[in-house]
Amino acid sequence: METTTGQSKISIRNLHFYYNKNEVIKALNLEVRANEILAVFGPANSGTTTLLRTLNRMSDLAAKVRIEGEIFLDGKNIHSPEISITELRRKVGMVFEVPTPLPMSIFDNIAYGPRLSGIKNKAALEEIVEKSLQMAVLWDEVKDRLHSSGMRLSGGQQQRLCIARILALQPEVILLDRPCSGLDPVSTSKIEESLRTLKEEFTIIIVPHNVQQAGRVADRVAFLLMGDLIEEGLAADVFANPKEKRTSDYITGRFG
Amino acid sequence: MRLNPNKSQVIAKTVIWSAAILVLLLLFSIILYILSKGIPNITWQFLTQIPSDMGRSGGILSCIVGTLSVTLVATLVATPLGVGTAFYLTEYTRESTITKIIRFSAESLAGIPSIVYGLFGFIFFVIYLKLGWSILSGGLTLAVMILPTIIRTSEEAIRTVPPIYREVSFSLGGTKWQTMIKVLIPTALPGIATGIILGIGRCVAETAAVILTAGSALRMPLSLFSPTRTMAVHFYILAREGISLERAYGTAALLIILILLINIGANLLVNRFMAKGH
Repeated sequence: METTTGQSKISIRNLHFYYNKNEVIKALNLEVRANEILAVFGPANSGTTTLLRTLNRMSDLAAKVRIEGEIFLDGKNIHSPEISITELRRKVGMVFEVPTPLPMSIFDNIAYGPRLSGIKNKAALEEIVEKSLQMAVLWDEVKDRLHSSGMRLSGGQQQRLCIARILALQPEVILLDRPCSGLDPVSTSKIEESLRTLKEEFTIIIVPHNVQQAGRVADRVAFLLMGDLIEEGLAADVFANPKEKRTSDYITGRFG
Repeated sequence: MRLNPNKSQVIAKTVIWSAAILVLLLLFSIILYILSKGIPNITWQFLTQIPSDMGRSGGILSCIVGTLSVTLVATLVATPLGVGTAFYLTEYTRESTITKIIRFSAESLAGIPSIVYGLFGFIFFVIYLKLGWSILSGGLTLAVMILPTIIRTSEEAIRTVPPIYREVSFSLGGTKWQTMIKVLIPTALPGIATGIILGIGRCVAETAAVILTAGSALRMPLSLFSPTRTMAVHFYILAREGISLERAYGTAALLIILILLINIGANLLVNRFMAKGH
């Protein structure tokens, strides 16, 4: 599988993340290439979720957080004062572990982001909603009930709604934090399928809920353990010939 | 002697049911008694004329107008202040000494007898600010009185909004303000509305605080600066001075009906607003 020719979309340089006095991420260096699916995996409390939340600065919301090091998106430091945080979050969308439709209709859920950024034209919004739902492979299932509540959908549909909601903002990077952890295998495979299509247009970083998912969807993988980046590389290489013993122990299920 | 689980279950059920039924019976009998005594006195003339001969004849139109306008002033002033404070406490600040002081003050204020608010309103609004006995003085006094209720219930309601909704909104590029307007207020609305309705109920039913600040004039109030007599005050004076017990019951029945209508109206509004999301 040769998908590593894309240029660097995100560069993480010497990133340290402190929560209270705990160092959750330690001196992390990582390149994320455009139009790839990167899976960042590791046992609980390895810093995978924290890393994701740092990339769109959702981590700013928590108290007692200190970040050192630099993160560049298309060569621009995301912590520099001229970067607008709302703009950054529109460019770097996030899907959470628990499917979370807002308590409003399917249509309003998808139109939420575009409306915040000032799009009011009804026809334009309708077009965005349809296009986003189609890209998230949900359109056929919900096109007749766009104005019923997003909360009445099944878990898998809700998660695809969340993906569509991000696509509506025409992002560049999509972050997914264990997006399938509560879903059945059929829903999971639908989401994984849509990710494979989406990477044509977007850069995707996923924290998978298990190693198998990393193997199924990722072009490249990065293995984190207790905040340290242990190993990264092409998914096929890392799973076939892990260089580090800790990596092979984890993927063969000896711990974690 | 140990009861077996089935027996204790039966006993518990009986006790709980009887408590509920007893309370319902008590409330219904009060309401029914007042309505049955009062409704025969509610005539067209009662609703459309102002009182004459100290309330022995004529209607209570000026008191209805007085009640509604004092309540309206109080609600319009207390709602933005109370809901705003609740949002400040929950969304715009972290827990600190200041939030603790605000919360402690609100809780203490909630327990103060209304006549104390009346005295405060009399000294501050009526005399110091020279607003006189007026709808404005009464309304502002009631606003201060219901503020703690609105703050507390709104704060509780906002806290029950799942934190993840905020995260979702922020992650979609929403600002704090946008998140508040588009997600938090609609989601917390039923709880916030409950607080406001409780406040309205207290305003409509209040006597001590308004008699000292809005006065007890029977003529039709013509502006915010006119003194007025609310229905509750009218009822109090009619009954206390033995002017007309029938008319007192009529006023009381109308008060109950008014509160009922306000509740139904507010519920309809909230439901209409909420219907889309749930």
